[in-house]
Amino acid sequence: MAPVIEIRDLKKYFETPKGLLHAVDGVSMKIEAGQTMGVVGESGCGKSTLGRTIIHLLESTDGQILFEGEDVTRVKGKDLRRVRENMQLIFQDPYSSLNPRMTVTETIQEPLYLSGRYKRGELAKETDRLMDLVGVEKRLRNAYPHELDGGRRQRVGIGRAIALNPKFVVCDEPVSALDVSIQAQVLNLLQDLQAEKGLTYMFVTHDLSVVKHISNNICVMYLGQLVETCASKEMFASPLHPYTKALLSAIPSVDIDHRRKRIVLEGEIVSPVDPKPGCRFAARCPYATEKCQQPQKLEEVSPGHFVACNQVREINHM
Amino acid sequence: MARGKAVAEEKKVGNGTLVLKRLMKNPNAVIGLIILVIIVLMAIFANAIAPYGYAEINVPDRLQTPSLKHFFGTDEMGRDLFSRIVYGARDTLKLSLGTVVFGTGMGIVLGSIAGYFGGWVDNLIMRILDVISAIPGILMAICISAVLGGGLIPTIFALGAGGIPGSARILRAQMISVREQEFVEAATSINASKLRIIAKHVFPNSMSPLIVSASMSLANAIIAASSLSFIGLGVQPPNPEWGALLAAGRSQIRDYPHLVMLPGVVIMLTVLAFNLLGDGLRDALDPKLKK
Repeated sequence: MAPVIEIRDLKKYFETPKGLLHAVDGVSMKIEAGQTMGVVGESGCGKSTLGRTIIHLLESTDGQILFEGEDVTRVKGKDLRRVRENMQLIFQDPYSSLNPRMTVTETIQEPLYLSGRYKRGELAKETDRLMDLVGVEKRLRNAYPHELDGGRRQRVGIGRAIALNPKFVVCDEPVSALDVSIQAQVLNLLQDLQAEKGLTYMFVTHDLSVVKHISNNICVMYLGQLVETCASKEMFASPLHPYTKALLSAIPSVDIDHRRKRIVLEGEIVSPVDPKPGCRFAARCPYATEKCQQPQKLEEVSPGHFVACNQVREINHM
Repeated sequence: MARGKAVAEEKKVGNGTLVLKRLMKNPNAVIGLIILVIIVLMAIFANAIAPYGYAEINVPDRLQTPSLKHFFGTDEMGRDLFSRIVYGARDTLKLSLGTVVFGTGMGIVLGSIAGYFGGWVDNLIMRILDVISAIPGILMAICISAVLGGGLIPTIFALGAGGIPGSARILRAQMISVREQEFVEAATSINASKLRIIAKHVFPNSMSPLIVSASMSLANAIIAASSLSFIGLGVQPPNPEWGALLAAGRSQIRDYPHLVMLPGVVIMLTVLAFNLLGDGLRDALDPKLKK
């Protein structure tokens, strides 16, 4: 079976006064049905842009987006509507992702109404069912977003996203704005929904403990490019790219006896505006050499484990 | 059981009723509303309320001070000032409301388009509006009146045109900040049309400052209309528009100040009422301020 989402060499550039900003620069990946792909990277590395480009909220500059094997990169009109119904987004900030002048019912009902799939009488019933599903109490039907706490708001946002039974959902840091106790509840809800409806997730985050908990596969982005991708377990057990190593070494440990050596990166982040060819991490990489000025290719170092670093073997003594 | 019923009933209450309910809890808004209702009733039942006709000349009784026979006194032709004010409510209300509906309405349409779409559309619309706002408001009103002639409808156009750039600019600035919010993106992702996104998501969250500015413009429209009347444009005599009464009494201001003061007080009360109501409406329309 074809993967639910496959992207090939996807690019998204923004025009800025200073030049072209390469937000997403040649990213390829496959996400199989029912799986969760974690996308991690620091702020501004293009992870959110990647998600928004895949679900057609932003128009891609170049490359291909395949949905269940069908090329949907440049769909328009009716096809675009169908594609959008199948791909949804859960937002980071539940305070700005809900219209402050719409009640809970109105927000959850809107996609149902717009799809034209339901008759007037069925709308209320379906809305009630969705509220149940995402765990929003019925008494909050006519509440406005500012009357709800962050967790409930996020549940309403999830309700709106899954209302039309999408196949693919991009979760754009869905828990980073929430309290830790609420984070767990929302993550559990997302996992329950995945199990129940067979959803495929792309989970965008900079929170590594969350991504470890929820993803099957992980890809690490740095300034618009993939630097490493593999199964979640393998990533945490044996990271190969120098950037991933530094990233993972930053996870705090609860074990006081276990002192992990923290890799502290030095140097400036290269500007994503009109970047030079070659490894974008080279300026901060402790192993950088002349060879790093050449463009890097994603290479399969061990089965299912791809790394974009010409020195990966030397660094890891392979 | 009883609780379920209550919820069902609550659901039936539409948005309009809810807004009205909240408006009624605001004492200032209620005062404004009461004054406006009185003025509107005065305009509708002017025939029954006014003791004399608005153009009834009675030379022997000219320039009287307020008395039981003439509540507000009489002007230089012996016309009863109270009757003229009562009848004048008609043209004044039509004029001020018409001006604001035309000016703000056009402003909403142009400001929404400019604010939502941005880019060259925004530039085109806003530069044209810049040209309009570069001409002093009253000068432009005079030009338009001179071309279209006097009377109610041309005056509405003349005064309303000056209000377009202001309201368009207010709305555009609000929409630019609102359209960047994530709920607008969410609406796009569930296939809401552009018109729906503007009307249902962006506009309702951008209109608060516009309501206040519209209620202020009502006041300005009355004042501006009086300036037009003064130079012989605008509503034509003997029709007693309030601004015109103010302008007509000006020559007698030393000896008979009531000819200016009384219409002035009525204008002030009306303006105050519109402002109170506008403030109240803005608060009632904002769910965040619900107590």
